[in-house]
Amino acid sequence: MSFSFDNNIPIYIQLAEKLKIEIISGKLTTGERLLSVRDLALNYKVNPNTMQRALTELEEIGLIFTERTNGKFVTEDKGLVLKYKKQYADSLVNNFFKSMSDIGFSKQDAINFLKEEE
Amino acid sequence: MELLKCVNINKSFGNKKILEDINLTVPRGKIIGLLGQNGTGKSTLIKIINDLLTATGGEVLVNGEKIGVESKKIISYLPERTYLDKSMTVDKVIEFFTDFYDNFDADKARRLLADLKLDTSLKLSKMSKGMQEKVQLVLVMSRKAELYILDEPLGGVDPATRDYILDTILSNFNEGASVIISTHLISDIERILDEVIFIDKGRIILHSDCDELRTKENASIDEIFRRMFRC
Repeated sequence: MSFSFDNNIPIYIQLAEKLKIEIISGKLTTGERLLSVRDLALNYKVNPNTMQRALTELEEIGLIFTERTNGKFVTEDKGLVLKYKKQYADSLVNNFFKSMSDIGFSKQDAINFLKEEE
Repeated sequence: MELLKCVNINKSFGNKKILEDINLTVPRGKIIGLLGQNGTGKSTLIKIINDLLTATGGEVLVNGEKIGVESKKIISYLPERTYLDKSMTVDKVIEFFTDFYDNFDADKARRLLADLKLDTSLKLSKMSKGMQEKVQLVLVMSRKAELYILDEPLGGVDPATRDYILDTILSNFNEGASVIISTHLISDIERILDEVIFIDKGRIILHSDCDELRTKENASIDEIFRRMFRC
């Protein structure tokens, strides 16, 4: 796996975002055990400390948890994953409306346009 | 105890001051970028830490001890220019490293070189510059060291080779060890750094955590560097 990072934004924030997408998309399933910090860092080609920081971010919002001797796991709370999934979808939709409005589409026009495209 | 501590390092060549009051602490488990324009004293500082040059004033402590035989055992150093005899084959160089360093893992070096599909019976002089750089990096990273000091490991190699070099650094530094990398190719390297040190005219002008700096300045390390040193 190789990813390109935007050097203007803290890498750990971008990493946390990528991992979040893995979880809400279901690529990482609820209750699944994560690779070790070091292996994750190697997969994403980042410094282990940066990966640790990204995981701490996700831990703070409850998407992953640590079992002291076993390592880190994806949350078992499906409702929480769904909540973050909706939140993420909301932000994508808002960005879409924003971009459409930049080129002169009202919200309703944008929705109609989407329907036509379907 | 800090892995590396530089206290008031000064270095002059004749009347010319090269380094001025360098104070620096390097903890364990970090990758640190030593960044500066050409001729600002990066290599001089690195050579002092490796006990290859003597500071005019101040001292360097490694694990709390003055540098010397003990510090050389635990620092693995990649110099800017090779000291290897290029008429040697890679096999010979591996033998040489095995004799020289008791923490050199020859099996690991052979494994990494096999990944590169490199014929180890080849003389260094018969290889491209990029391949020579890779071989030397593999040798240096195959020591179980506590501190790796890499002086311009990316100089003069193509972007694909740079990626290989960065990945090799990331996947091979010992857990708990630290890495100091000097370079002026910042955009290539910044994704793997924890901390950066900006050095200018022989002085440390900035020492910061990378992601904190990005947040504060809202820019990449490369951009911050360019702003600071705009000619």
